[in-house]
Amino acid sequence: MSVLSPTLMSPEAAARRPWLEHAHDWVVTVDHKRLGIMYVVSGLVFFVVAGIEATLMRLQLAWPGLHIVPPETFNRLFTMHGTSMVFLVGIPIVFGFGNYLVPLMIGARDLAFPRLNAFGFWMFLFAGLLLHWSFIGGEGLSGSGSAPAVGWFAYAPLTSRAFTPGNATDYWNLAVFIAGVGTIGTAINIVATTLTMRGPGMTLGRMPIFVWTMVTVSAMTLFILPPLSAAQIMLLLDRFLGAHFFDTQAGGSAVMWQHFFWFFGHPEVYVLMLPGFGFVSEIIPVFSRKVIFGYATLVAATVSIGGVALSTWAHHMFVVGMGTGLNAVFALSTMLIAVPTGIKIFNWLATMYGGRIRFRTPMLFCCAFLFQFLCAGLTGVMLSVAPFDWQLSDSYFVVAHFHFVLIGGLLFAIFAAIYYWFPKVTGRMLSERLGRWHFWLLVVGFNLTFLTMHGQGVLGMPRRIYTYPADRGWEMWNLVTTLGVPLQIVAVLIFAVNVAVSLRRGERAGDDPWDAWTLEWATSSPPPEYNFETIPVTTSRRPLWDMKHPDDPDGPHE
Amino acid sequence: MDQGPIGTELAAGDHPQGVPTAQTPSIFDPVSSPALAIRELSFVVLGLSAVIFVVVAGVAAYTLVRFRNRPGDGRREPPQVYGSTQIELAWTVVPFLIVMVLFLVTARYIYGIEGRAMPSDALEVTVVGNQWWWEIRYPRLGIVTANELHVPVSDPARPAPTFITLQSVDVIHSFWVPQLAGKMDLIPNKTNRMWIDPRVPGTYVGQCAEYCGTQHAWMLLEVIVHPRDEFDRWVAAQQTPAVADPAARAGRELFLSLSCINCHTVRGTPANGVFGPDLTHLMSRRTIAAGAARNTPEALRAWVDAPGAIKPGVLMPAMKLAKSELDSLTTYLLTLR
Repeated sequence: MSVLSPTLMSPEAAARRPWLEHAHDWVVTVDHKRLGIMYVVSGLVFFVVAGIEATLMRLQLAWPGLHIVPPETFNRLFTMHGTSMVFLVGIPIVFGFGNYLVPLMIGARDLAFPRLNAFGFWMFLFAGLLLHWSFIGGEGLSGSGSAPAVGWFAYAPLTSRAFTPGNATDYWNLAVFIAGVGTIGTAINIVATTLTMRGPGMTLGRMPIFVWTMVTVSAMTLFILPPLSAAQIMLLLDRFLGAHFFDTQAGGSAVMWQHFFWFFGHPEVYVLMLPGFGFVSEIIPVFSRKVIFGYATLVAATVSIGGVALSTWAHHMFVVGMGTGLNAVFALSTMLIAVPTGIKIFNWLATMYGGRIRFRTPMLFCCAFLFQFLCAGLTGVMLSVAPFDWQLSDSYFVVAHFHFVLIGGLLFAIFAAIYYWFPKVTGRMLSERLGRWHFWLLVVGFNLTFLTMHGQGVLGMPRRIYTYPADRGWEMWNLVTTLGVPLQIVAVLIFAVNVAVSLRRGERAGDDPWDAWTLEWATSSPPPEYNFETIPVTTSRRPLWDMKHPDDPDGPHE
Repeated sequence: MDQGPIGTELAAGDHPQGVPTAQTPSIFDPVSSPALAIRELSFVVLGLSAVIFVVVAGVAAYTLVRFRNRPGDGRREPPQVYGSTQIELAWTVVPFLIVMVLFLVTARYIYGIEGRAMPSDALEVTVVGNQWWWEIRYPRLGIVTANELHVPVSDPARPAPTFITLQSVDVIHSFWVPQLAGKMDLIPNKTNRMWIDPRVPGTYVGQCAEYCGTQHAWMLLEVIVHPRDEFDRWVAAQQTPAVADPAARAGRELFLSLSCINCHTVRGTPANGVFGPDLTHLMSRRTIAAGAARNTPEALRAWVDAPGAIKPGVLMPAMKLAKSELDSLTTYLLTLR
């Protein structure tokens, strides 16, 4: 049934080519699949770096009064950890998957603007390298190296030259700005591709949910990134030309930076999470052997999350003294997000209900995702209750909450996606046995670390402190939090081994190892450069179901 | 808040003997109306969340077990269910209604806490954030101190609330003493306000909650709640100028001849600097360096000798004093009771 195509070169001939030629192919490529792979792999490399930074922080905090890293280093670590995880790990990985999958899922041969796509990737990569160069060259040409220490949201006026001299803060500012330029390019590309390059029969109403999430977040990106970039240019003017946008000593406004930043920063969470929802919405049906329950509702929920998310940003600012009116308005808009998010969870459960659930590794990660994301959603509702947030804001409770969102939710969804699409991308299966070890160690380690963090938060421990007094009753909580770290490290190592071994010796996947229903499974694994020999005609939301069940196609049910 | 719509009475037996100094600043152990009100509200939210979690996670667990693929199911596909308008409408409308109720409750508490007007007899305090210490000013009482906020206890029958004005001279800080109230930021070029009415004498700990630079971690804060008469005695003691103990004359001369006075004030002397903490009654305070060390003679001497050794990155410079000078200066500082 697959639309198989011959590769351009036999594997033996390919293996004989010198590595420099291979490298050259990757550097000059404009193929959406290769760029997608490079996005995800670079994202995973930065993930390891940011994970090492987190490990050092957890060692320092394992017990009160430790001296593993000095205070200034600790502040650099959490700044680099947060900045990397959002801009160099989260965004590239979800946009990398979007890059790889969107054209395949809608029956296109590439994205609309392949060279813009390559440009976006290289902007991101060099932005990441620029940011990390600050470890060596942060204080300027003559000074010693140091990374920025202003936190990932870089609140004014800590970012003014009076409080952060040298160039460390400029590395943060410019690297994030440049990464943003790349992301805007990719966002334009994905919107243009889905609007203009869908294959025959692939109407908007038949696009896979994952594609819908990518269109939604790409459109959101076009709204939210330019304000951040503008604010970063203002900061640049403040720092180099003596402008006073955020310079409070000269009448500037510190709160204005927060509005600019969170107008980007909060929707950004949904830019990361929605594709995670997309992964789950693709994987749960296949492993439950059932069509997604309430496709139209899920699409509506996706788009409305994208819309409402643009009006919730100031819930990050309940403690800046906005006044009762604004506090109430933003509490309401934030709570409203819970409605479409709840719909998604209910629809996934309804999809599984009555199915025949197969617990392969991608599905295991989706199951943990469901429970952990439910937790994250509920703590999110707690934080939307403004008076409760006056206690919890900037405490470890918030740290626990957003790690439940981004690790317990997004990272688990990303691992599900990697196990699910690895066979398509490489032609080989990942090991189920190692996958289970990876999964269970990560579940236990993650919950040891981040479930306990809610505790420190309600016991009054603020975030971003490099040490704490011994008499506050926080030490056992922090010890347990740190004890979860080695388990997570081992889990990630097992994953790395799994990938390395499977790339060489993994079981051959074939075109459609999961017996799935979307178009990417209709071509070879890995797909040829042009994706499909003949573009398949889409007859319903599950084109491959229709091929496999000609007696009972989906069309009449839609 | 005595007749106000929010806040609960303390449970009998909470803190019968006052609170010891070393304690956990738990948000579930409140002693002041705003914190009590927030705990009350949090119980509503936590209860609601617990019910939702149990129901949804329960359904999920049941589904995963009940509908797992069993041996013998073969490769037959289960019945395909494409959706149901009624069911989906139900799980859209019900959460929406829950959210609306939650919002109304939340709005009531927001207005209840933030809308409290200041009574004319309330104690007014201004807290000014500095990298990395708190300046505490009592504008009507003529007192300036640091890192310790002293307030009178507030009897719910005869409330004596303290209204706090929050400002910052440098970057953003945040005032957070969890047992007394939620946090509020101190923002340069902006004035914020909050209030507390602690009902139990004792010491309550907190610290800066907004990252403010290198020593954000050692920007601790204590609120000492006194019975009324004890508070009046504290005020009277703080209002006196610094003692001029003849035994410490050499140290005093040295202090006044050094650049200490560029940053520190000692009332009753020419030292009137404003960049560092007021030292007039330094020895009445429990800690130095915003909680980084206890206020003992040894720690004080070590601090003056090399502040960065106790609190790396601190803005106070090491004065590179000779040992004898250091002794003499410490002797003087110890007289500032």
